[in-house]
Amino acid sequence: MLWQLFAAFFKIGLFTFGGGYAMIPLLQAELVERKKWTSEEEIMDYYSIGQCTPGIIAVNVATFIGYKQKRLAGAIAATVGMILPSFMIILALANIIRLYMENAYVTHAFAGIRIVVIALIADVVLSMSRKAVGSLFQGAVFAAALLYLLLFGGSPTVVVLTAAAAGLLAGGRK
Amino acid sequence: MIYGLLFFEFFKIGLLALGGGLVTVPFLFELAEHYPWYTAEELVNMIAVAESSPGPVGVNMATYAGFKAAGVSGALTATVGLVFPSVVIIVLIAAFWDKIRQTKIFSYLMHGVRPAVLALILNAGAELGLLALSDIWAVVLCAAFWGAIHYIKLHPIIYIVAGGILGIVLGL
Repeated sequence: MLWQLFAAFFKIGLFTFGGGYAMIPLLQAELVERKKWTSEEEIMDYYSIGQCTPGIIAVNVATFIGYKQKRLAGAIAATVGMILPSFMIILALANIIRLYMENAYVTHAFAGIRIVVIALIADVVLSMSRKAVGSLFQGAVFAAALLYLLLFGGSPTVVVLTAAAAGLLAGGRK
Repeated sequence: MIYGLLFFEFFKIGLLALGGGLVTVPFLFELAEHYPWYTAEELVNMIAVAESSPGPVGVNMATYAGFKAAGVSGALTATVGLVFPSVVIIVLIAAFWDKIRQTKIFSYLMHGVRPAVLALILNAGAELGLLALSDIWAVVLCAAFWGAIHYIKLHPIIYIVAGGILGIVLGL
């Protein structure tokens, strides 16, 4: 089980391009659909916790899921698995950074990968929206948060904390 | 000595950088000013590399800075220092998670937070979109990939690899 946790997060870490939220499609395919270790809703909960606690969000989510599966040993296995690919790649690249950055194949490949990551994120948003926006209140929170982020470049942490306060005030009412 | 210092400095960043990712950047610039580990220019290059290599940007930065300062063991020290505070905090929260989840207050909080997280995910996609969807062909390709992802439902890794290959073949 520890090995499985490590391997699953190693795979996710290796293919996460473009930051913590870009990891969600991989989490969903690997952990929700394949291993059935967690659910879409729980992943959203982990992200809200990860966003309001210090540290790197992708790592926080890995630690959380690892702990849920196998306590402290699981948390460490998942965290190390998540970090190890970047660690090894950066060590390999550290002395040839210029060459790597100026390599035409690398540039083209990443232009293609970014386009795919956008499509993957769009699909995740679509599938999660059924679970996350189920009432008028939730629709309003979604719209307000999105406007604040897109127009004012707001802080994600502020978004989560404000939405939590709004949820508390609404007290589960629709 | 250098290891203690590396650990301590990255521990501090791990503890103070709320929200992750590029939030670590201002802290890293500060380190460039205070220590001879790497220069501000190297840091700028590194941010670009971190965005063109897999994994969380913050981790990439810690690994690189640690490596520049004290080789492979420096990289290890800085990276462990960076994630140490959050691992402790998350483990503490996770330990009480099942109790927390069952409370009414938590369900109220999450009723508000889930749509906000959805907005955060969409925003992350939009930010990437501004960067990557630079012409009409990129938009068309993105739409085509979305169609394939939505209706064929293969593992995301397959699409990511396909995107990389297509990027090279089409010279994107």
